[in-house]
Amino acid sequence: MKLPCPLCGSRDRREFYYMGTEDYLTRAGEGASLDDLDNQLFLRDNPAGLTRDLWYHEQGCGAWMVVTRNTVSHAVLAAELVAGRNKGAKDAH
Amino acid sequence: MRIEGKGQIDRAKPVSFSFDGRSYQGFKGDTVASALLANGVRLMGRSFKYHRPRGVLTAGSEEPNALIEVVGPANQTPNVRATVQEIFEGLVVRSQNRWPSLRFDLLSINDLASPFLSAGFYYKTFMWPRAFWERIYEPIIRRAAGLGSLSGKHDEGHYEKAFAFCDVLVVGAGPAGLMAALTAGRAGADVILCEEDRLLGGRLPYAEGQVDGKPAADWVAAAEAELRALPNVRIMTRTTVTGAYDGGVYSALERVGLHRSPRPDLPRECFWRITAAQVVLAAGALERPIAFPMNDRPGIMLASAAQTYLHKYGVVAGKRVVLFANNDGARAVARQLIAAGVTVAAILDSRSDASAIEDCPVYLGAEVTDTKGRLGLTAISGRHMAGAFEMDCDLLLVSGGWNPMVHLTCHMNGRPRWEASIAAFVPMADAVPNLRAAGACNGAFSSLDCLTEGAQSAQSALQALGRAPTEIAVPRAEGLPYTITPLWQVEGKGRAWLDFANDVTTKDVKLSAQEGFRSVEHMKRYTTQGMAPDQGKNSNVGALAVLADATGRGIAETGITTYRPPYVPTSIAAMGAGGRGAGFAPQRFMTSDQASRDRGAPMIEAGLWYRPSYFPKPGETTWRQSCDREIAYVRGAVGVCDVSTLGKIDIQGRDAGRFLDLVYTNTFSTLPVGRVRYGLMLREDGYVLDDGTSARLAEDHYLMTTTTAAAGLVMRHLDFVHQAHCADWDVRFISVTEAWAQFAVAGPKARALINSLLDAPLEGFPFMAAGSLRLGSTNARLFRISFSGEEGYEIAVPSRYGEALFRDLVARAETMGGGPYGMEALNVLRIEKGLITHAEIHGRVTAYDIGAEKMISAKKDCIGKRGAQRDGLHGAAREQMVGLKPVTIAEITSGAHLFDTAADLTRVNSLGYTTSVGYSPMFDRHIALGFLVNGRARIGDTVRLVDRLRGVDVLCEVCDPVFFDKAGERLRA
Repeated sequence: MKLPCPLCGSRDRREFYYMGTEDYLTRAGEGASLDDLDNQLFLRDNPAGLTRDLWYHEQGCGAWMVVTRNTVSHAVLAAELVAGRNKGAKDAH
Repeated sequence: MRIEGKGQIDRAKPVSFSFDGRSYQGFKGDTVASALLANGVRLMGRSFKYHRPRGVLTAGSEEPNALIEVVGPANQTPNVRATVQEIFEGLVVRSQNRWPSLRFDLLSINDLASPFLSAGFYYKTFMWPRAFWERIYEPIIRRAAGLGSLSGKHDEGHYEKAFAFCDVLVVGAGPAGLMAALTAGRAGADVILCEEDRLLGGRLPYAEGQVDGKPAADWVAAAEAELRALPNVRIMTRTTVTGAYDGGVYSALERVGLHRSPRPDLPRECFWRITAAQVVLAAGALERPIAFPMNDRPGIMLASAAQTYLHKYGVVAGKRVVLFANNDGARAVARQLIAAGVTVAAILDSRSDASAIEDCPVYLGAEVTDTKGRLGLTAISGRHMAGAFEMDCDLLLVSGGWNPMVHLTCHMNGRPRWEASIAAFVPMADAVPNLRAAGACNGAFSSLDCLTEGAQSAQSALQALGRAPTEIAVPRAEGLPYTITPLWQVEGKGRAWLDFANDVTTKDVKLSAQEGFRSVEHMKRYTTQGMAPDQGKNSNVGALAVLADATGRGIAETGITTYRPPYVPTSIAAMGAGGRGAGFAPQRFMTSDQASRDRGAPMIEAGLWYRPSYFPKPGETTWRQSCDREIAYVRGAVGVCDVSTLGKIDIQGRDAGRFLDLVYTNTFSTLPVGRVRYGLMLREDGYVLDDGTSARLAEDHYLMTTTTAAAGLVMRHLDFVHQAHCADWDVRFISVTEAWAQFAVAGPKARALINSLLDAPLEGFPFMAAGSLRLGSTNARLFRISFSGEEGYEIAVPSRYGEALFRDLVARAETMGGGPYGMEALNVLRIEKGLITHAEIHGRVTAYDIGAEKMISAKKDCIGKRGAQRDGLHGAAREQMVGLKPVTIAEITSGAHLFDTAADLTRVNSLGYTTSVGYSPMFDRHIALGFLVNGRARIGDTVRLVDRLRGVDVLCEVCDPVFFDKAGERLRA
């Protein structure tokens, strides 16, 4: 399996650490409801088809990325930098 | 016997080898199978279940019968196919699954009992009495089961793994593969051509007719010469592509040294991972047998195998040959044998409408219904259109048609499609991304079709690569259509084998259907069809045809079992090459490593690091004596310990303080420059992630330390928090763990030791101070922190000075009544002070549990703050960290459970457990840290500490986890 790191190009899966769904990006900070916390940490879909997961190029550039892939066909469709997503976004803290 | 003038073997180079203790001679280029056949040896193995005598069926890696053990000086490899193992001088092989000998095998009694040993025998027979299973049945079955034997020793052989990348991977070097490689190679693409055999050409050199106006073998030689001259084409022979994986990754197994006398510099095998942008699968096809009664005797082989033995090895395995076939292609083999001067007694064609052009008797509508010969074929009988026949023969060639090698196209969930016109499964297009099947593996069997598809698929690959296609002319070649009338089984009295290796007969498959195992996957598991080392390469399609017949369904409807990698048996040693012993994991050594080993310190693993356990002195006989002495250094004088393994992360930027406020529970933005603070990190779910200190070196510059165990984890966490939640903040960080060597200097004389290094004594520098200093010609960093409860300093220098500084510090300490201390002493020192490690913060404890809930600042948010507020993560019901002291002098252990003194010792009554234990000289007894339900309210109580695994049952007093100097007067001294 290969993943297209937006900084390093197509690299072997062994260079990456897998975290899980992109739901982790939606942070339930101080004062958040239990439902929001549940959504961030525990409540998961289990889709047959498109998923968007977080991967970390641990043996490479250190970038976190959201990888869109299809769990049925195993096709890897896209990878975007996590840091890039937040560019221009309102300060969350 | 050998046929003069035939074969791609080197007759000038005789090679002797031994089989079952007897010496035989073959030629360079022979396999064990071809050399034995040339010597008139037909019996090469015994079948798995019935121990039936067996000879070779095939000439390739799909061989089900001729499985042998290769005995090397250091290795013994079972289940090697005699049809693949090339001979070399001194090769020792032996037959397997027989006792006492291959010709006389006592377990062939199973064959007489075969009426009782049908499919499902185990499940039906060994059911009762129940008590018999473990003591009687299982040992008997285990002894009888299994094929080859192992030496019982470690495989010390040398294996390698390797990686390769290419534009176009061509799998198989038959006509389609060669043509594909030529097409892609001429266009300048980076090509890898993998061929399982030692020779290129596949079956093309054996074909009748010419290629491009010359003998096929000449065309193959010219193609090979051109490919070898192209710098962008790599040819890998003896390399089997074994699997197709996501992302264009293919596994391949190369036989590097298995065909030569062992040499220490040569790996036995190499396991390749090949990443290919485009793939042409030209794996060819395998001939399949026909299930007629008693079709398993030595001397019965596939027609294509006989063709290979004739052309490649110059060997014919009999004197009087009969061909039994249901298709035109196999008839060429009979013609070639006749041309070579071999007596072909008859051609038995099962079709009633086939031609009869050969110069030998041809019987149409014919079927073989019985065979004779205990250890090798002597005669056959059957029926044809004119009636019954009996005839003598010692070699019966069989062809039931061809199965395209669709395996790789099915490794990513693809299913092959039934093609009735050739009575075979063919690949579904696009079953593996960027892979195109061409030639025989795609159901195109004529030479011309193979060459054409090879060229076309390479052109498509080039187009997909964005390269201009090349002009390439497909050579003229034989293009006759393949005509076949399916014949799967012949009815008759005797057993008719489908899977030779696992002794599965047509009767077993029918029984399976009758007993309700009608799905092909159920039939496979009930009968063990296709589960032997050959994975049913010759037999799966035939078996499902019999199943289809028995269940009244069509073959397409019945479907086929799942193909999974690897295509050929692959040694674990090759897949895990380099992973033995020290190769299992990387090793990380501190700069003081040699200095510690010089002092005889046993090294223990801490993650990937190696750290000294203790430093033995002459006269000390146990580690405890050394440990106690080292503790005394720190408590009474000064000790030195290498702490470089702790993770060090350099954090810089205007928002560095703000960033630390987010990742730590407590506040770091307010930390003055030149000071250190202890910090606690949580996961978002509120559990403790790690702890450590961070120093502020400048306004926008911090140095964070992590625990040894969590250094990588914390780096990953910081990267996540930064990139996910505050990517626009001005903060950058990098691991500097290996850039700095850092040593703890602790004890009442620590300051004196540090001062002895400096030009001027330290001034001020209170507990939790940090600063830079010059040490000789180098910059150093000094931190006043303590992991022992004593006055402590940690001094850091660039790694290249680490060893020198360690030796210097130790020498100075020794003049002051101290010395180095190891992990054992470090552990006791920190337990006495109630300082935690990952033994305590093991992933299931909260800040509340370790008594640190006040460290979660109320003034700001932090990672894990909301999570930690959840119900259930704090309160009396939690297991809270406590100290434990035995009431009497007794050894206690970590991992022991805690009970109320009156409670029954049952799981539900366990109130907690111990995490760290050490012998404390200060208290002259073992002490422990542990977790106890509502523990902080129970200080002073007595609990029962029980470790049933190690027979420990001791009453302990619950105490504060800080066993002494709770006010910290010593470390602030």
